[in-house]
Order: sequence, then structure tokens, then C-alpha cells
Amino acid sequence: MVKVDLDKVREIVEKVKKETLEEGDILINALHMIQDYYNNFVPPEAAEEVAKLLNIPASRVYEVLSFYSMFSIKPRGKYVIRVCKSLPCHVTGGREVMEALKEKLGVEIGETTEDGLFTLETTSCLGLCGVAPAIMINDQFFGNLTPEKVGEIIDNFRGDKNAKE
Amino acid sequence: MAVSTNTILICAGGACISAGEKSVKQVLEEKLREYALDGVVRVVETGCMGACDLGPIVAVFPEGVYYQKVNTENVKKIVEEHILKGRVVEEMLFEGPQGKIAAEVYEEHPFFKKQVKIATRNLGIIDPMNIDEYIARDGYFALTKVLTEMTPEQVIEVVKKSGLRGRGGAGFPTGLKWEFTRKSQSDKKFVVCNADEGDPGAFMDRSILEGDPHTVLEAMTIAGYAIGGQKGYIYVRAEYPLAIERLKNAINQAREYGFLGENILGTGFSFDIEIRIGAGAFVCGEETALINSIEGKRGQPNVKPPYPAQKGLWGYPTLINNVETFANIPPIIIKGADWFASIGTETSKGTKVFALAGKVKNTGLVEVPMGITLRELIYDIGGGVPNNKKLKAVQTGGPSGGCIPAEYLDTPVDYESLKELGAIMGSGGMIVMDEDTCMVDVAKFFLQFTVDESCGKCTPCREGTRKMLEILEKITRGEGEEEDLEKLEELGKIIIDSSLCGLGQTAPNPVLSTLKYFRDEYEAHVKEKRCPAKVCKDLIRYVIDSEKCVGCTACARVCPVGAISGEVRKAHDIDPEICTRCGSCIEVCRFGAISKVSP
Repeated sequence: MVKVDLDKVREIVEKVKKETLEEGDILINALHMIQDYYNNFVPPEAAEEVAKLLNIPASRVYEVLSFYSMFSIKPRGKYVIRVCKSLPCHVTGGREVMEALKEKLGVEIGETTEDGLFTLETTSCLGLCGVAPAIMINDQFFGNLTPEKVGEIIDNFRGDKNAKE
Repeated sequence: MAVSTNTILICAGGACISAGEKSVKQVLEEKLREYALDGVVRVVETGCMGACDLGPIVAVFPEGVYYQKVNTENVKKIVEEHILKGRVVEEMLFEGPQGKIAAEVYEEHPFFKKQVKIATRNLGIIDPMNIDEYIARDGYFALTKVLTEMTPEQVIEVVKKSGLRGRGGAGFPTGLKWEFTRKSQSDKKFVVCNADEGDPGAFMDRSILEGDPHTVLEAMTIAGYAIGGQKGYIYVRAEYPLAIERLKNAINQAREYGFLGENILGTGFSFDIEIRIGAGAFVCGEETALINSIEGKRGQPNVKPPYPAQKGLWGYPTLINNVETFANIPPIIIKGADWFASIGTETSKGTKVFALAGKVKNTGLVEVPMGITLRELIYDIGGGVPNNKKLKAVQTGGPSGGCIPAEYLDTPVDYESLKELGAIMGSGGMIVMDEDTCMVDVAKFFLQFTVDESCGKCTPCREGTRKMLEILEKITRGEGEEEDLEKLEELGKIIIDSSLCGLGQTAPNPVLSTLKYFRDEYEAHVKEKRCPAKVCKDLIRYVIDSEKCVGCTACARVCPVGAISGEVRKAHDIDPEICTRCGSCIEVCRFGAISKVSP
């Protein structure tokens, strides 16, 4: 379980408040930043604190978190892999890429690998149709994929982790 | 300042980055340093050059030579041959639909020649991270003209007269929208740029934001002046981190140069822009849903009227335009309404950016005058369908659009003609499909998308699309009944009539248009339990031609479920009961002995 540092949450909300010109719209921005801070998910305790700080009911925060597919209240892996499920990727071999990823990682869509490194998700169009099929891993794009290529990419990310530790 | 002999442009659009642009640039710069050329040859990262499947693309100027598929190895040749010895590297030349394009004629080539670039005028030419390059291409000149020489009413008049219509999908006249927002009485007004591009297959907005972010800022500021607004928001999808990064940089630069903020250009007019990031919800591209999302709520649409021009963000009058619409504004101001209106057709003026994708040789971004035919677009510019396959249909407008069959290829592309065919212009996604595409499968695919993305507010959209999807799944499983086709049409009409927003009102289009033009294909699935394109897994079988099979066992070894049996050097056989129709065997057979059959 992730330890939630409420001071940090307060700090983030203050920062967002300072950066925005208009008052009413900081909830989604704050949640984005909290999610970045906690490695791709928003801990429920942090969400409750945001509700308190913005003086809105916790249900308002929850309805926003549950509406948008990019937010998660469940812990996700260090790297979130988003596989484009739109038609241009579908007709150029996206299905095979997805199968290869599932096999390589040993997880289904929406699941996280046991080592906590990868979460496999789908996404709507990434706008990389010129190099379909495409995926995104955190903020990085990868295009013109084949089952072999995604395998190599995953290996590289696994190596990346070892290099850092 | 050092004089440079050559400028090397390297495409840093999202697609080229994913193809390895960063490491190519690194090797290129190392190589230039090695020959001490780094002082005289400039390397500039630009926005999207358009031909995404040929990336990373490198262009050498002043010669104007385009090189395709540059990698960390062959980029060295560009330095050693082209830059050092002045010899064009023939084998790497950019390949258009009709072959390689030599340096002298590239502008004459159909891929470039038929394009008219207005909204994408700076893409692939300037460094999007450098405001000076934008200014050198007449950037912020339109804003200066507007603030110093024109009244807000005059600005609106020019936009109205130009005939510009919204490029996000619906095609509402932009000038009228501006006028409505100006006329709404309020001390506070907002300008919003809708950059929540979500239609599968459309990526022009991403490319414009990544390749020319300042044009959007300039146009929004002009719009702010015209409607009497003080602040702008750009609502960008979270899926576009590169666009967000370049926009942030552009906003900071514009503030520094005095094009944004208090007292712009000393004229007393103040306007500022902020970015708002979406969080993965397609419906937020609908304007009222987008407003809710900026306000920090669930992105669900509201009933219209009131329109955003009357009551938008926090209840204030709000002008919402799409990225490409905004990108047309500065040239219209500089060159005039008459110039813009002289391009295009009677009802659709100017140009449209299309994203060619699917089964077409040159995928990528092209900007063409309205009224060009689909045939010119797909064959002359796109290079046609690869592998000598026949074109079957063109899908425009994403999940809100429809499929246009091959016999209508000579239709001019404008808002009205496409609508007449049951498709829509939409945001400009154009997915080409060949004879191997099953139209029932395509319809099912789009419906799956709508079912996922329906926000759930209206019952007909939430439940109706799900019901339609169930029927389509039944049909592709071979369990369809004849009355199912009528049921689909009936349900489709009800959903169109009774949904609140554009998502629901257009969701049945992919099904209705394929039913209209490819009814025989639906009927083959229903009556004969046959998939003519041999796509639907439950309706096909894989068979081995015993005449052609030499018994090499390659297929038997690759089959993941062990459905293929046979002795070495003797014809093999596939057991349809075990076979999962994965297609692995067809790929490995070197003798063309395996084929798909549908009853």
C-alpha cells in the first residue's frame, strides 16, 4: 500500500491554484498532478483530501475520477502501456500487437504485471495513424509496431528498470 | 552571426519521433561536428511534413531535397555525400505515389502539387519551439493588423465573408459564431480552442499543435478581440503530451514577446491563454461536454439551446472553435476574405486537411482545396491502394461518419456532397478500405467505439447502441436473422432522433451507411452465413490445397492449437473443429497452399 503524504497533496493543490487564472476549474488539473506524483494512480486518501481542500463533496471527486479513463484509483504499474484500439491501427495489425503484449507481459487488459512495472490498457485514437499500429508507454510514442518490435520495446523498458536500481 | 550554407530540416512530428527521429538527429549532429560543419549547417526540428509512413523525413535546403526513411546509418550518407560533395543520395530520395521525386521537380509532383496549404502552411517548415521562425513567416502580423487597423466588427465581417466553416465536423459558419458571441451581452467572455481531437484516424489537430502552435495562439487572440473576450482556453487531450509541451513553450514565448498578456502590442487590449488537459473521454470533443470538463466536472453534454455563444463556460458567452478552424484565421486576415473564398466550392470555401490512413500507399496528412474528388485525393496524392488490391470503400468522419463505396469516387469533397452520400466531412479522417475489409465488421468496430465512449446520459444512445452492437455481433457469428437488418435501421433512426448530443445523433451512421451501400454483404452474412471478405472468424474456414501442399510441415509447426496434421512430404489437413482461425499458417506457407473459404 502506498503511503499517502497529505502535506504533498496540499502542496500540489496550492500549486495548481496559483497557476490557474480562474478558480472553478482546478479539480482535473490537480488530479492529473497527483496521479503523476503517485506513479499513475490517485490514492483514495489523496482524493478525499482534495475534496476537503476544494470544499466539494468527495462524491464529486469520485465521479470525475470514474468518468475519465485516464484516471485510476487502483495502483498502476510504473509504465502504463496504452494500446490504440482505433480502426487504422486495427486494420494494420493492432490486434496481433495486443496479443503479443498480453503474452509477453502475462496480463490481460486492465491488469498490472506482478513486478508492478507494467499496466496494460487500451486507448482511443492516439493520432499516430500514419505509423499504425501505435502504442504509448507513459509519455512516449511507438509506431509501425509488429509483435517482435513490441517484445523488444518491453525488454528495453525492463532493462531500464535494472539500470536505475 | 555565422553564415549557413545548408539548412537541414528534420521532421519532429509525433509519427517521425516514434520512428526514431531523436537518434537520427543525434547522429546527424555528431557527423556534422566530425567534419566541422556544425557551424555552417543548421539542423532544425520541424512539425509534421505529412508523409508519416515514410518517416523519419529529412529535407536539405536550399536544394529542397527530401529524404525518406532516414535511420542512424544512412543519415551519415546525407552528410558525407550530399553536404560534403554536393551529390544527392539517390536511393534515399522521397518516394511519391509515382516513384522517386528528384530535387528539381519535387514541387511539381502530384503529392505536393495538388496540395494547397493554408492551415498547415508552416508545418514541416518552421521550428515550432522558436517564435522567431513563426514571425519570419508573417506570424503575428495578422494580430498586429487586427489590433491596430480594424474594429472587432470589421474582423467578424472578414471572417464571415471568407465563408470559413467549422473544421471540427459540423461545418457551422465561423463568422456567424463569432458574431453571435460578440452580440451576447456580458462583461466576461471566453474563447475556447477545441483540441480534443478524438475521431479515430484524424490527426490534423495534433499535427498543427505540434508543428505550428503559435498560429492557434494568434488566432485565438484575434477571436478574443473580435468577440470582446479576455481569456482563452485550449482544451487538449492528455493523449497528446508533445502538443501540450510545445503549446506551453509557445504560450511562454508569446507572453515574453508581448503577444499575450496585458496591453498587447501597446494597444491596450489584454488577453491570455491557458491550457486545460483532458483525461481520456471522447465525448469531451462535444462543445457542451468540453465546457463541463474545463469546469472540472464529468464531461457530459448539456441540452442546447442555450448555445455556448450565449451561456458557456461558467455561464458566460463562449466562442468554441476547432484547431484547424483557428489555423485558417491569420491567413484570412492577411490575404483577405476574397482570396480565401476564391478557393473551394460554392458552399465550402478554402481547404481541408485530411488524414489519409488505412489501405493507402501514402498515409499521412494532406491539405487540399474543397471540391477535389475522392479519386484525386486517394489515387493522385495518396498513391492508391497497395498490393494491387481493389478499393472497396472510404470511411470519412470517424464513428460519426459513413462509408462511401468505390462507385462514388468522383464525388467532390465538400460538406454537402459527403452528407448526401450518408457520410460527413467530420474532422477529416479518411480511412481507405480494400476488398479484404468486411463492412459488417467495420460497422461493428465503430459501434464498439461508440458503446465504449457513450457518456451514458441519454438512454437511446447508451442502451440503443449496445443493442445494435449485439445484433451486429450476432450477425458476424452467423446467427443473424432477416428481420435483424430492419431492426438495425429502426433502432438507428430512433437513436438519431432522440439523443442529446452529436455523439448519439451520429452514432448509427456507420451502420446505416454500410446497410445502404453494402446490404448484399449483410445479407450474405444473414442468409448464407457467409462472409464475402472472409474476415468474420465464425464464418470462415482455413483449407489446404492438396495439389499445392508439399508437406514441408511449416504450418503444422506454427499452429498454436495443433489443428494441422499430415505426414512429412505429404499434403496436410486442417481440422476445422480445433482451428481458431488465427491465420498463422497462411503467413508461413511459402507455397500459397492455404486459403480462407467462407462456405
